[in-house]
Order: sequence, then C-alpha cells, then structure tokens
Amino acid sequence: MRKALIAPVVALTALVLAAAAGAAGARHAAVAAGCDKAGLPLVTKGMLTIGTDNPAYPPWFGGGELKGSKWKIDDPATGQGYESAVAYEVAKRLGFGKAQVMWKVVPFSQSFAPGRKKFDLFVNQVSYSPVRAKNVDFSASYYDVAQAVVALKGKPIAKAAGVAALKAFKLGAPIGTTSYRAITDVIRPKPGPGVYDTLNDGVTALKNGQIDGLVVDLPTAFYITAAQIDNGVIVGQLPAVGGQQERFGLVLGKGSAVTACVDRALAAMRADGTLKKLVGTWLAKSAGAPILK
Amino acid sequence: MSGTDGVVASGRAAAPADALRLEGVHKSFGRLEVLRGIDLAVAEHEVVCLIGSSGSGKSTLLRCVNLLEPIDAGRIHVLGTEITGRGVDVDSVRRRIGIVFQSFNLFPHMTVLRNVTLAPRKVLGLPAAEADARCEELLVRFGLADKRDWFPDRLSGGQQQRVAIVRALAMQPELLLLDEITSALDPELVSEVLDVIRELAAGGMTMVLATHEMGFAREIASRVCFLDGGLVLEQGSPAQIFADPQEERTRQFLKRIVDAGRL
Amino acid sequence: MIVVVIVNSPGWPAVRRAFFDGHEFTSSLPEISRAFLTNVEIFCIAEGFILVVGLAIAVMRSLPGPVFFPIRALAILYADIFRGIPTILVIYILGFGAPALQLSWLPTSTVVWGIVGLVLIYSAYVSEVYRAGIDSVHPSQDAAARSLGLSRSQSMRHVVLPQAVRRVVPPLLNDFIGLQKDTALIALLGTVEAFRQSQIDVAATFNFTPYLATALLFVAITIPLARFTDWLLNRDRRRRQSAGALG
Repeated sequence: MRKALIAPVVALTALVLAAAAGAAGARHAAVAAGCDKAGLPLVTKGMLTIGTDNPAYPPWFGGGELKGSKWKIDDPATGQGYESAVAYEVAKRLGFGKAQVMWKVVPFSQSFAPGRKKFDLFVNQVSYSPVRAKNVDFSASYYDVAQAVVALKGKPIAKAAGVAALKAFKLGAPIGTTSYRAITDVIRPKPGPGVYDTLNDGVTALKNGQIDGLVVDLPTAFYITAAQIDNGVIVGQLPAVGGQQERFGLVLGKGSAVTACVDRALAAMRADGTLKKLVGTWLAKSAGAPILK
Repeated sequence: MSGTDGVVASGRAAAPADALRLEGVHKSFGRLEVLRGIDLAVAEHEVVCLIGSSGSGKSTLLRCVNLLEPIDAGRIHVLGTEITGRGVDVDSVRRRIGIVFQSFNLFPHMTVLRNVTLAPRKVLGLPAAEADARCEELLVRFGLADKRDWFPDRLSGGQQQRVAIVRALAMQPELLLLDEITSALDPELVSEVLDVIRELAAGGMTMVLATHEMGFAREIASRVCFLDGGLVLEQGSPAQIFADPQEERTRQFLKRIVDAGRL
Repeated sequence: MIVVVIVNSPGWPAVRRAFFDGHEFTSSLPEISRAFLTNVEIFCIAEGFILVVGLAIAVMRSLPGPVFFPIRALAILYADIFRGIPTILVIYILGFGAPALQLSWLPTSTVVWGIVGLVLIYSAYVSEVYRAGIDSVHPSQDAAARSLGLSRSQSMRHVVLPQAVRRVVPPLLNDFIGLQKDTALIALLGTVEAFRQSQIDVAATFNFTPYLATALLFVAITIPLARFTDWLLNRDRRRRQSAGALG
C-alpha cells in the first residue's frame, strides 16, 4: 500500500511546486498523474465546488460569520476549522488556488440524492460505510473519529462509567449519523432514541430534558460542552460501532473521476504529516475524554 | 273594533278560564311593523281561527305566543301566567304550548317514533319505555302505527304533517298553535290532516289556527278573527264573520276568497 | 405515456436503483411498519381530541346574541391563528418551547407535545367544517326543537348536530387524511415514527427505497379509511330511504 502511494506522492509534490510556479506548470505536472484539473469533469469549469451543510459548526469550520455571507456560525471560505483546512489543502494539491474553491450549501440529505451532483466534493463529517458506498464515492479517511455522549452536569447519566450504565437513559442523536447507530447498536438503551434533523434540535432536546444524553462525534461533543451549553459534560467516548474504526470521508458522485485524485491528495497529506498537523491545529482540544467500556 | 273591546276589557284580572290572552302585542322586523297592538283572548276548549291575507301577521302572532319571536311591547298570558315577563323560563312555557308548522319540520335523521318521543324523553324526562308507550298510543290513534320506524323522507306530506301534530301532542300541551298546516300539502292530502284537527277539537283541545281553509274555519271555529295590518280588525262567530262581516276590509278579503273559489 | 417517458429517461436506471431497490424495501419494511404504529397511535389519540375540541369551538362560534360575543370572538381568534400558522412551526414551537419552560408539571414527552400541536391545528380546521355543517341545518329545525321545550343545548345536541355531522363526514375525513399524514411532522421533535425511521434507513444506506415503503404504508391506511366513510354515508342514505320498504 505504502509503495503504491509513492508515485502519486511524488506527482503531487511536483504538482504543489508547480502550482507555485504557475498555472501552466501545474497543468504539466498534473497530466502526469492523470488529474489535470482541465480534464476533470467539474461542476463549474476551472473551479472546485465543495458542498457542506449550513450552519457550519466548529471545530469542523471556524472563523465565525462573515458580513454579507449566507453561512451561519462559521464560514467555510475562511479556511479555518478542520474540515475547511483539509478541503483547501486537498484543493491545493489538486491544483486549485484559494480563489478557485467555491463553497456551496448542500444539506446532508441532498449529498446522496440520485442524479447529477451540484458539488465536486461534499465534506460534512460523513462516515464511511460499505452500504453507503454503493450509492456514492467515498474518499479515503481524513479523520478517524469516535462517538461520545454529552449530558448535563449533575444529572444521573453524568455518573455513568460504562456503556451498560447508559442503557436506562433516553438518548438522542442527529439523523443520518453513526451517533444514532452507536445508540441502537452499541448502547441499546431501553427507551427508544430521539432522532433530530439538526444538531441544534438535539441540543435543544438535551437542554429541555427531553433526552438524558446526546450522542455526537467527539470533536462536536467538545464544541457543544464548550460553546453551546453552559452546564454540559462529556460522559465519555463510546466503542466503535461493529468494532470498525469509524472514519470520515469526502463524498463524491458515484464513479466520479475526481475520487482517485482526492484519494491521492489525502494519502499524500497523511504521508507527509499534514493531516496530523491539521488535527493538531484544529482538534487538539477534542481529546482526552474518558473511554466507556 | 267594538267586538275586540268587548272581549278584552283592559284591567280585567287574569281569568283562569283564559287559556291565552294577548294585550297590546307589538312586533317589528327591522322597520316593518308586523303586529301593531294585538289584543286577543282565547278561552279553554275554544278553537280560534286567524284569517287574513298573507302578511297580515297571523304566523308572526303564533310564533310570538310560542316565544320563538321576542315581542317588542305588550303582554302574553298563558293559563293565567304571564310568559313575556323578565326571567320567564321559556323552555317551560314552550312545553305547555304545542306548535305545528306549515313545513312540518320533522327531524329527518330520526324515525317517526324517535321524532315523537324526543321531547317527552329529553324535556319531561320520561323513561324510554313510558315515552314509547305514550307515543305509540298516539300514533295508533292517528293511523300512523305502521309508520313508527319510518324516516320522514319516505312519508307523504299528509303523513308528515300528521306526525308533526302527534309530535306536538306527545307533550300533552294545554294549547295548540297550528300555523297554516295544510298550505304546503297537495289538495288530496289536506283532508286527512283536517280530520285530525276535527278530532282534536271534538276532544276539547284549545287551539289557535292560522289558516286559508275558510270552509274548514267556518266548520270548526268557535271564533274567527280577521287580522289586517297587524291588528285584529274584526272577530266573532263563524256565522257572523262569514255571513255578515262588519268591516269593509273583511268584506273585501272574503270576496277575494269567494272569487278564488275557496269558500 | 408518462411511464414511457420516465422509464426511457437518462436518469432512470439511477432512480430505479435509488428508489425501487427490492432488497432495501424488504429489509426496511418491518422496522418502518413498527415505527408506523407510532403514527397510528398519534393519529388515533389526536383524532379523538380533535373531534371534541373542534366541535366545542364550532358550538362556541354559533352561540347567538351579544352576551356570547366574547366567547364567539375567542373562538374566531383561535381558528384564525391556528389555521394561519404552518403546522411545522406549531410543532417546533410547542415541542421545543414548552419543555424549555422547565416547569416540572409540564410533560417533556415529544409525542405528547406533538399531539397537542396537531390537536390545536386540526381542531381549528375541523371547527370550521363543523360550523359549515351547523349552518347548513335550516333554522326551522332548531325552531321545531325549541318549540317542543328542548333547551338550546338539547336542540343542538339532539337535532342540529346529528344532522350537521352527517353532512360534513366527507370533509371531516379529508381533514383526517391530512392529519394522518401530518403525524410525520412529529419526527421533527425526535420521535422515531415511520417517516423518521425511513430517513434513518435512507441515511444509513444512501438509498431512497425506504421512503417508498413509508409512502405505501400511509396509502395503505388511507384507502380503508376512505372506503369506510363511503360505507358510512351509503348506509345512512340507504337507511333513510328504504326503512319504509321494510316496515
């Protein structure tokens, strides 16, 4: 595996260097890797269109709301926040400068709707699964993630020390997430789960006491307890669903010619330590929650 | 007018013999003054026929007596009790007075028997069996026994009107008001309804009828009142009113009736 | 014709895969059916309340005279407001707003608040249907009842309303089909009912077939409901017109 990556890494390194040298040079370098941006079937010629949902939440996005922008909470175009940084880095390695990246609001449910995609890449903490991959392309992992339980301080659930202790509580999760599967497959609580359209609805339900605990990915859990609720606490991280390490991938149209190029870029970012560096920059605070067994 | 004054002398104490007494009853609908001071007394067991052209106030008078229309001025006494005063329980007044309408107004969602037993059961609180027995007896008496489980839609007009009369009778009213009860019927169905009224008159029921059936009025009435312009213009025995009317308006009205071949 | 156009469209193979996947259908149906019981339960409870509340509002609105003006005005205000606000908003506001008051005696259950929202909205609609029915009963029916000594409420209860309700059964059913579909809105509050269950399945597999399964379940319950109403109306008509022939 490592060996197979060497060629693209070399190519991409050349590409990055070439990009600095000028657009004409970049094209030369990319042709060698089969990822010439002029030859890629893009939504908008010459632009990399990246979709994500609105609002864009920390720590995945950062920089706050920009005046006159449609983006809420954070604006992906700032390049701040982990997913924004990863997206720009991937774009750069494909030969797109910052000005050639266009962010588009795409609700999660539209990301996998059949038909022509309105984006080249979709980045929104989407977890890979083999079944999902029958209908869309997933890139390689850009983040290996764990699920965690958020609760209100002082509530009985906050003292739960293991997965078994969570069974008695009403838990909730945003729809379409591995968090939901963590509830139904890992915790298997007696009360049925609450399932919410948006993270906000889930947080509201938690504040209202309509659920005892909200299951979200760990970085989101840190964000919720740090910024969204005053008396929140992370009960702990959950074991992976089905024993498989959960990983976030970029979503692309099924059979997209871009997928292989993105995979090469991500592999290079992993190999040269860029991903680790970005995790360190944006998700450093998202570590250190107790692990529930 | 002298006849009117003779019957209702002002200041006379409410005689228990009066089943119904109206004093200076006024009623307007908007600017239209329909009753302009009606004075009328009806003794027990008396059958009073109200005649007069359309719009003379006959129907309105009956509806006022039953408190279906509030009056603007005057008083109405039923069996010695004033029913137009403040704080009168209108429901208890109405259960003593039966009224039958020109358009039958049977309840279409109920069988004949349920139409008739509804008020005895809900108003008088009779047990179902007792109400049924009382009402079936009436249905038998008026030749409607085989129709007890029919719905009104399936009955002829004459049958419907007879059921309406039985429905009023089931409350054992002390006074029966009949408002043009044959006007909506085909001519061949009129007689079966009039037969019922004849029988009731013979049984001593106190009745006030608004009617266009002059022949019937002449036959059955103890007294005939001619209403004109919202007033009782002339009243007297049928013989007197039909043979020797005193008022010019009465003569004109009766002449029109005779010319139309209805007397 | 339309079918031919659809089947020959360039996107059809993708759509067929996404919406008509036999395997997804059979694997998602049992769980969605179980979740659909929640819809049925919500529907039945809400409908019971709506029939009563809607009727009460309609009767309040038909009270005559200046004495009852404040009650009439309240009833009108109620109907205007709850027919005006989008259902989805009422459910959101009640479902997330009421529990946020943190009053210990208020329930926090999403199903309860969802039902309250549906009852508030549909009672407003249904009250209008009832009112139309009440207005369609000729005043002479009330006059006949009152002349027999029945009180205003007895006349309403035994004479006017039975006739009014019979006349409005079809529009009432129409509202109830709407209600049955709107039970899916309770999903917004986090309740896993049929629609939400199908969303979960769709999100898990990125295949849309579970939506089709849910749609079929809703249709499957609507059809018997519609036929039942037809049967009720026919029975009533038959009874009123043919009882005499039997007698």
